[in-house]
Amino acid sequence: MPNNFYIVLIPLLPLAGFLMMGLFGRKYFKNTSGIIATILLLTSTVLALYTAYGYFFEYGKAADGSYQKIIPLTYHWLEFSKTLSIDIGVILDPISAMMLVVVTFVSLMVHIYSLAYMKGDERFPTYYAFLGLFTFSMLGLVVASNIFQMYIFWELVGLSSFLLIGYYYEKPSAVAACKKAFIVTRFADLGFLIGILILSYYSGTLDFKTLIATLTSPESNELKSALSASFLGASALTWGLILVFIGGAGKSAMFPLHIWLPDAMEGPTPVSALIHAATMVVAGVFLVARLFPVFAISDPAALNIVAIVGATSALFAAVIACTQTDIKRVLAYSTMSQIGYMMFALGVSKYGGEDGLGFTASMFHLFTHAMFKALLFLGAGAVIHYVHSNEMKDMGGLRKYLPITHITFLIACLAIAGVPPFAGFFSKEEILLAASQQSNTIYYVALVTSGLTAFYMFRLYFTIFWNKEAHLHGEHKGEGGFAMMLPLLLLAVGAAGAGFIPFGHYVSTDGKALQSEFHLSFSIAPVALGLIGIFTAMWLYLKQNDKPDKIAASLNGFYKAAYHKFYIDEIYVFITKKILFNLIGRPAAWFDKNVVDGLVNATGNTTTLISEKIKGLQSGKVQQYAIYFLASIIGLAILFIYLWK
Amino acid sequence: MHPGLNEILFISTALFFIGVYGFFTRRNLITMLMSVELILNSVNLNFIGFNKYLWPHKLDGLFFTIFVIAIAAAEAAVAIAIIINLYRSHNSIDVENAEELKY
Repeated sequence: MPNNFYIVLIPLLPLAGFLMMGLFGRKYFKNTSGIIATILLLTSTVLALYTAYGYFFEYGKAADGSYQKIIPLTYHWLEFSKTLSIDIGVILDPISAMMLVVVTFVSLMVHIYSLAYMKGDERFPTYYAFLGLFTFSMLGLVVASNIFQMYIFWELVGLSSFLLIGYYYEKPSAVAACKKAFIVTRFADLGFLIGILILSYYSGTLDFKTLIATLTSPESNELKSALSASFLGASALTWGLILVFIGGAGKSAMFPLHIWLPDAMEGPTPVSALIHAATMVVAGVFLVARLFPVFAISDPAALNIVAIVGATSALFAAVIACTQTDIKRVLAYSTMSQIGYMMFALGVSKYGGEDGLGFTASMFHLFTHAMFKALLFLGAGAVIHYVHSNEMKDMGGLRKYLPITHITFLIACLAIAGVPPFAGFFSKEEILLAASQQSNTIYYVALVTSGLTAFYMFRLYFTIFWNKEAHLHGEHKGEGGFAMMLPLLLLAVGAAGAGFIPFGHYVSTDGKALQSEFHLSFSIAPVALGLIGIFTAMWLYLKQNDKPDKIAASLNGFYKAAYHKFYIDEIYVFITKKILFNLIGRPAAWFDKNVVDGLVNATGNTTTLISEKIKGLQSGKVQQYAIYFLASIIGLAILFIYLWK
Repeated sequence: MHPGLNEILFISTALFFIGVYGFFTRRNLITMLMSVELILNSVNLNFIGFNKYLWPHKLDGLFFTIFVIAIAAAEAAVAIAIIINLYRSHNSIDVENAEELKY
């Protein structure tokens, strides 16, 4: 392998951008910060593409033609013992090479887009600094060669997400949203941390390569001890993996830890496209994929949970998405639903060969989803930029005013709805195929979800661009110029064409090429359902009419529940405010105020009291002191002579 | 009559309590200083007496006595200096007036 030093530049360039804009941005780069950050990221993107090209086509393959894990760079950081150390390194394997491309590419698109979208913002350099920090952390996460390194970057990603959601810090709702996102993901990260501790305790290492090797070979003592130690009816390994998955579920907004994602839409729209659609929220999927051999070979029970949670989230979010009226929230629930797809695709997969189709499909969907979901968000950003509102009722008939946005948005909707030959079709077909091979229930859930997806996406599309005639007041500045249109067009190319990449050749469970066949007869059902969804949406929303309201009224209770997101937020509030605060918070506060503080105060008060009483002893009279002195000496003398026998 | 150890100890004890009495009852700082000297000298007598009667071939007690005399001289110098300063500020060397030094 040639000199690979440049790989480390991929994450470090955005970090340099962060430091530059964060420290000196407001003084020296008030107007140029966007351009500088974009150029830095462009360099990163080129390097990432070059790395991925080199990995997939030059040096990534082992002698037998399968892709292997390469660790081109590593640095010993903290060494606890011979085997247990925290290293900072770079690992290259098919999924990390793919993620490098996805993250840098989408981030670059968002950087370019923001040049126009955030123009004139008071804190323009700060915004780019945060974007750089996020890109750095996300890249560090995907190339992490050590599970603890991954955890460090995982937290950094959470931090930058927090900063960007709360970017408009004057808005109370944004502040509440960023707090919520931080607390919910932190709660999940606790699971991740405990999971790491359990896994590394039993495997004796933190290094991914060794950890996976130890925990997947059936003869190893480490695996045997991890399987035999049990707690509450599950083995230690199952617990470790489930806890790690809880961390992933928190970041990836899986039910029931999804509540932060819709609120996270308070951030600037390009940020939602980058963090809460294309990159950060798939970190959980990436984490499960990274540890996939351990899940699949040693612990199918934990993998089952992944499948169930993924399928539940996919259906659940799709139902809610059909009822929301804020376009960014619709997209947020759609993201959650699509990530659910990726999760259960991993969950139904097995290790090796044809059975590993689910894994490939999941990564494939991650890739295509990044394209079309980023496109949807950026398109929504253009719409919001134009009408200055997030609400569907303020939109309608915009196709004449925003022609490029309209076309690209349509392509993205077709892609997510799974209409051939757009990207979403191919990845979704693979997922459905993988699901149908393993579990009928999950297959039907996925099928229904795919119909719902088509419906709510086209509901969104028709309400924004068709429906009623546009009645716009005041000045409107057009589509936002070249900087906003270029990312839309590039991503539209991706959303339209990414499906033709023979993904199975490059990404599979064991590194060997996976031949995915195209089954025409299999595709009929999902495509038909997708089309039904699209035509239903067209029938309901193409022209303004009262049919949607009537249907909503006839589904009264269910519609209301879905509109209120099935009251999950209320349940959380009830549990935290009523139960946790009253049963734990208040007693703890009482204990702190009365017992802990009381003890401290008592010490002080007693000292004061005693010194009040005895301060008269210090009279200032020398002779009195001398008397005390003499009396004490005589007392001691008596004590020693007569009593101390 | 040649004095024995008992006589010397008797004189020493008497001297000590005379000194203590003087220290407790006098209000004049100079007199109190003299009382302290009496106490110190009673200790000196003790040293010399024990040295002579218990270990006549050694000189440890004598050396201690010389030390005590030297230190007593130094202490007297310091004490007199304090008394002079007190006199300058209070115009009196009455120990009752020195009470406020505690603040």
